[in-house]
Amino acid sequence: MTQETQSTPQLDRADTRLRHDAGLSGALRGFTDRVRSGDLGMLPVVVGLLLISVVFSTLNPIFLAPNNLVNLLFDAAAVGFISLGVVCVLLLGEIDLSIGSMSGLASAITGVLWINMGIPLPATILAVLLSGAVVGLVYGFLRNRFEMPSFVATLAGLLALLGMQLYILGPTGSINMPFTSALVRFGQIMIMPAWLSYLVAVIPGALMVIGGIRTNQRRTAANLSSSGMSVTVVKAASLTAALVLAVFYLEQGRGVPWMFGVFVLFVMMLDYALTRTQWGRSMFAVGGNAEAARRSGINVQRIRLSAFVVCSTLAALGGVFAAARLASASQQAGTGDVNLNAIAAAVIGGTSLFGGRGSAWSALLGVLVIMAISNGLTLLNLSSSLRYMITGAVLAIAVIVDSLARRSRASHGRA
Amino acid sequence: MTQQQTGPDRGEPILRLRGIGKQFGAVTALEDIELDVHSGEVVALVGDNGAGKSTLVKVLAGVHQPTSGTIEYLGKPVTLDTPGKALEMGIATVFQDLALCENLDVVANLFLGHEISPWRMDEVQMEVRAWTLLKELAARIPSVREPIASLSGGQRQTVAIARSLLLDPKIIMLDEPTAALGVAQTAEVLNLIERVRDRGHGVILISHNMEDVRAVADRVVVLRLGKNNGVFTAETSHQDLVAAITGASENSVSRRAARQLEPVSENQ
Ligand SMILES: Nc1ncnc2c1ncn2[C@@H]1O[C@H](COP(=O)(O)OP(=O)(O)O)[C@@H](O)[C@H]1O
Ligand SMILES: [Mg+2]
Repeated sequence: MTQETQSTPQLDRADTRLRHDAGLSGALRGFTDRVRSGDLGMLPVVVGLLLISVVFSTLNPIFLAPNNLVNLLFDAAAVGFISLGVVCVLLLGEIDLSIGSMSGLASAITGVLWINMGIPLPATILAVLLSGAVVGLVYGFLRNRFEMPSFVATLAGLLALLGMQLYILGPTGSINMPFTSALVRFGQIMIMPAWLSYLVAVIPGALMVIGGIRTNQRRTAANLSSSGMSVTVVKAASLTAALVLAVFYLEQGRGVPWMFGVFVLFVMMLDYALTRTQWGRSMFAVGGNAEAARRSGINVQRIRLSAFVVCSTLAALGGVFAAARLASASQQAGTGDVNLNAIAAAVIGGTSLFGGRGSAWSALLGVLVIMAISNGLTLLNLSSSLRYMITGAVLAIAVIVDSLARRSRASHGRA
Repeated sequence: MTQQQTGPDRGEPILRLRGIGKQFGAVTALEDIELDVHSGEVVALVGDNGAGKSTLVKVLAGVHQPTSGTIEYLGKPVTLDTPGKALEMGIATVFQDLALCENLDVVANLFLGHEISPWRMDEVQMEVRAWTLLKELAARIPSVREPIASLSGGQRQTVAIARSLLLDPKIIMLDEPTAALGVAQTAEVLNLIERVRDRGHGVILISHNMEDVRAVADRVVVLRLGKNNGVFTAETSHQDLVAAITGASENSVSRRAARQLEPVSENQ
């Protein structure tokens, strides 16, 4: 924050035309600039969540009751996993329309292998994940080898996987899972101990501060400008306060579901992979300009393959979690609004349908919005017909916001 | 008119092309192309629009596969089947269309595909290296943390050139690198080409600017309609070069030059 006093200009501060946003006011100014130019980031989803909370809690105070929110988190985890996979394919500008069917097939396989055939649960889950990976490999192969648009390939997959789900479930069409089993307890009642929830709530803020200090030290050592700690500290403090408050509130009810905790862990892992590894950088590059990525030496086909595999595998895992939540594998699993909810969640959270923009966190925030809407409408005793229509409208709005923001970014030179 | 020179200061041959041909469906973009590049040598590749210069560069960059012919690199026959392979072997390219990812920032673009520590990218070290590379080109880029989309054409071209230097290649191909650059930056790029040559590397320069070509090229290879049309030195007269590029001594350029002289002679 004290660049002016230094004798040798820092490497990145030589150009006088650049405004240097230092300190808190600078950070705020940078943020408003970005939003104005259409780089909305997480803003729409935060605004959306606030709106939803206000509207639904005035219509029915139960909406904000701690235990209702705990239920909401249980529901959110399964769709969240699916949505997390969707983020990967959307980043490449591809789509997977078969995620619902994949999750349904996954729950059917779980039921057949685990309940009907008595195979141990870990082996069953491994088999389910493998089946998801194989489906992803097929999509990737079709895309790479035949340049089949993923839209078409996965639409075909939607039907084929649904057929497989019905086939392996057989004439009875539904397999119940024992309520005493670990999987179902995980999906319905297992709650993280309070101390662990609080610990998890302070970790992101702590990591932010530690990472910020280390980055600043390294940048200063390398004669680069450092952004100053005040911004980082304020950000970390408000994040920690929000998370601790959320945990405190949930603890007034049952507490934080393990299933949701595992989901958040996966979000953080994918976020690391996307932002800090070469693989993640390549994903953004292929989504932004595939030919440029290829000419930089990136194996575009392998990146595509990996994205489809991650997507289908996470959809399969989501299917297992959905089965755990419902304590059954049925013909209805993965049908209805699952597909749309998962894709809508990613888009609402800020991952662009046009490729090259997005984040793992968009799955988390988006799925909270979608599930909050669905939960709120259910509390109002609205039928699923109305719920579908409203969710469809929300997705449409999210896509419109995405398109408008994209146009605005283009005119502001921000890709 | 071909005057193949073999100066004593020319180094080892890095690249040797024999009978390279490239078909795009019915279009023959390249036919029976011969080209040698030695270490410490700048070869200019000139020709009219559509002569096949960019196609030849893309063949050498591993972007296109030649339909016929052989490529020898450092004395061994090679197949350049992917851009990644060409880069690994030390053939770097600045493409005419730049090939940058607009959604990524300057640092990300410079290091694309070759990030420092792939499992935990070292952003600080990459940023320092980025500034060093850009300084070498006297680049006017305010921030390397802005997406490429926010840069001007010339700034993008500088980024593309800087990127080609990243892996310390044996040979650099620049396809019209100065087309969008200002006066000072063009001079920097020409300086850079000479520095790269003095380090003992080979350079292939494509340019429509004969002044630039003359300034740095050791040899001038002319392509015309996808075929070799002579190899010249920088001393060759402008007229002869234009004749080779357009294919006749009687051409639109000479006619234009003659027309401009005419009124003067009539007045006298
Ligand atoms: N990808 C392509 N597909 C079909 N034709 C192409 C392609 N690339 C180049 N060509 C054709 O090859 C010829 C040479 O083009 P190019 O190498 O770009 O010329 P230049 O010398 O101006 O760089 C042109 O006739 C062009 O139409
Ligand atoms: Mg060209």
